[in-house]
Amino acid sequence: MTTSPIFVGYYTMLRKDIVRILRIWSQTLLPPVVTTTLYYLIFGAFIGSQIAPIDGFSYMQFIVPGLVMMTVITSAYMNTVSTFYFAKWVHTLDELLVSPMPSWVVIAGFVSGGVARALMVAVLVLIVSVFFTKLTIVSIGIVVAAVLLTAILFALAGLLNGMYAKSFDAITIIPTFVLTPLTYLGGVFYSIDQLPEFFRIISLANPILYMVNAFRFGFLGISDVPIGVSFAVMGVLIVVLLGTVLWLFHKGSGLKN
Amino acid sequence: MEDSVSALSIKDLKKVYAKDKKQPGTEALKGVSLEIKKGEFFGLLGPNGAGKTSLIGITAGLVVKTSGSVEVMGSAIDSDPVNAKKHIGLVPQEVNFDIFDTPLNIVLNQAGYYGIPRTAALPRAEEVLKELGLWDKKDTQSQKLSGGMKRRLLIARALIHEPRILLLDEPTAGVDVELRRGMWEYLRKLNEAGTTIVLTTHYLEEAEQLCSRIAIVNKGAIIEQGSVKELVSKLSYVTLVLDTVEPVTAAQIALMRDLKIKSIDETTLELSLKPGDVVNDAIRLMTKIGIQIANIRNSGSRLEEVFVNLIEKNA
Ligand SMILES: Nc1ncnc2c1ncn2[C@@H]1O[C@H](COP(=O)(O)OP(=O)(O)OP(=O)(O)O)[C@@H](O)[C@H]1O
Ligand SMILES: [Mg+2]
Repeated sequence: MTTSPIFVGYYTMLRKDIVRILRIWSQTLLPPVVTTTLYYLIFGAFIGSQIAPIDGFSYMQFIVPGLVMMTVITSAYMNTVSTFYFAKWVHTLDELLVSPMPSWVVIAGFVSGGVARALMVAVLVLIVSVFFTKLTIVSIGIVVAAVLLTAILFALAGLLNGMYAKSFDAITIIPTFVLTPLTYLGGVFYSIDQLPEFFRIISLANPILYMVNAFRFGFLGISDVPIGVSFAVMGVLIVVLLGTVLWLFHKGSGLKN
Repeated sequence: MEDSVSALSIKDLKKVYAKDKKQPGTEALKGVSLEIKKGEFFGLLGPNGAGKTSLIGITAGLVVKTSGSVEVMGSAIDSDPVNAKKHIGLVPQEVNFDIFDTPLNIVLNQAGYYGIPRTAALPRAEEVLKELGLWDKKDTQSQKLSGGMKRRLLIARALIHEPRILLLDEPTAGVDVELRRGMWEYLRKLNEAGTTIVLTTHYLEEAEQLCSRIAIVNKGAIIEQGSVKELVSKLSYVTLVLDTVEPVTAAQIALMRDLKIKSIDETTLELSLKPGDVVNDAIRLMTKIGIQIANIRNSGSRLEEVFVNLIEKNA
């Protein structure tokens, strides 16, 4: 049996990243679990008990999908932005560039590392949530599709950030000033139907809203936006990001001189 | 038929590094053409900043060329990068492996990137690490290796997929004399077994010892190329060091103004001979003006003379 060289290359990249993620688990897996547990405790248990149910679900049940999605977004993004930037900085990226692996395989390798970390964190955070609330799943298919697409999307975005970053500071700017605000305002903690009309309309421009709602729909069967629109938004964004990354790889910009 | 294809065929290769805030644009390669046949051991010589690393970087896929063409074993790097790249093993000038990883993992991962699964690559990894004296360090974090060991790891990594062309960018920089000779031996063996080798170096002795052909690069252009013998006989500026019995006076030096002579100290003279000069003429003149020569020796590598003269001429 011969394995295709392309698959071997891809698998080598992915294996290397997963080994790394597991080796430094206290930096890659533990922090989001700790943070999310605090959210469960404070917003779900302490404050949530004083908040009226939303669409018939307790506040805790309502925010779990959003909080999981929040960790998925950050984990996928941080993984590719840091592994890629580090590889460029210490020049181990050269090992990939001199190899006969086509660009799309290298991209797939980086993105899959981010997706792998996001999925590991998602599973851990979901397991913890069971201690706080009853987990219901309406459609496992939608849950898996939403989490995979979101992880791919933000792994690609992290890769793009890593390609443009000129310093270590530059890899924290986007997460701090763009990702975090968009996530907090992306319907993790509230249904946008509870907002004044003006803010509700503005919220519709936030792509993260669609991902959080698709994911929540998979668990609870409720969503502020049509589920089809959610998947369309994710699909379009992935195509745009992937196209940009492929094009940059092709030109070599952000990779080599 | 395949043998008519060059190992490396470079045509009118140009590279301009884009300017940025800190630097103006640099023209690193100004139209270089080079044919390297299969099985050759080729040397690229040139001062710092000549463009050697840029040339190798473009060939290996690390630097984007500005114009020109490069073919590796008949595959163009633009239209068929996958085939071009799989023939090349690159030993870069600077360490670029993951210093937190172990030599064994570094070599096995590299094999993976070339499509060789881990288990299949293991025997070959053992072979190259043993040949380069790194097998007992295979599980050591590579940042703990000595400088010379790191250089050898770069070579082991480049050989894991049995490339047909090995590009070595200053492989023996900072390696001690004994180890360097060991590496020469190893490279010679590889070359005899059929690997085409392209090497850049600042040690002219290295090029003289190893290379069947060399090119001298200066300021982004090849200024001379040929076999070591050809270059030396074509441009042999020989420098002789003469020890005199008595101190040489200023008056005597003035009388020798037709010779290319340099006084090193009171009793040491350096005599340069260009092609066509006859040693006897110089000695006769010295005898006439009363200089007694105790002994004569050759100074340094002959290739070094060629090199220094060429670079000075093109300065
Ligand atoms: N990344 C870069 N950005 C801008 N200019 C560069 C870059 N790399 C090299 N150069 C410039 O290109 C020229 C050729 O550099 P190169 O590294 O190819 O020389 P070299 O012959 O390998 O020198 P050395 O013997 O010092 O290794 C130099 O003027 C150098 O400053
Ligand atoms: Mg160099």
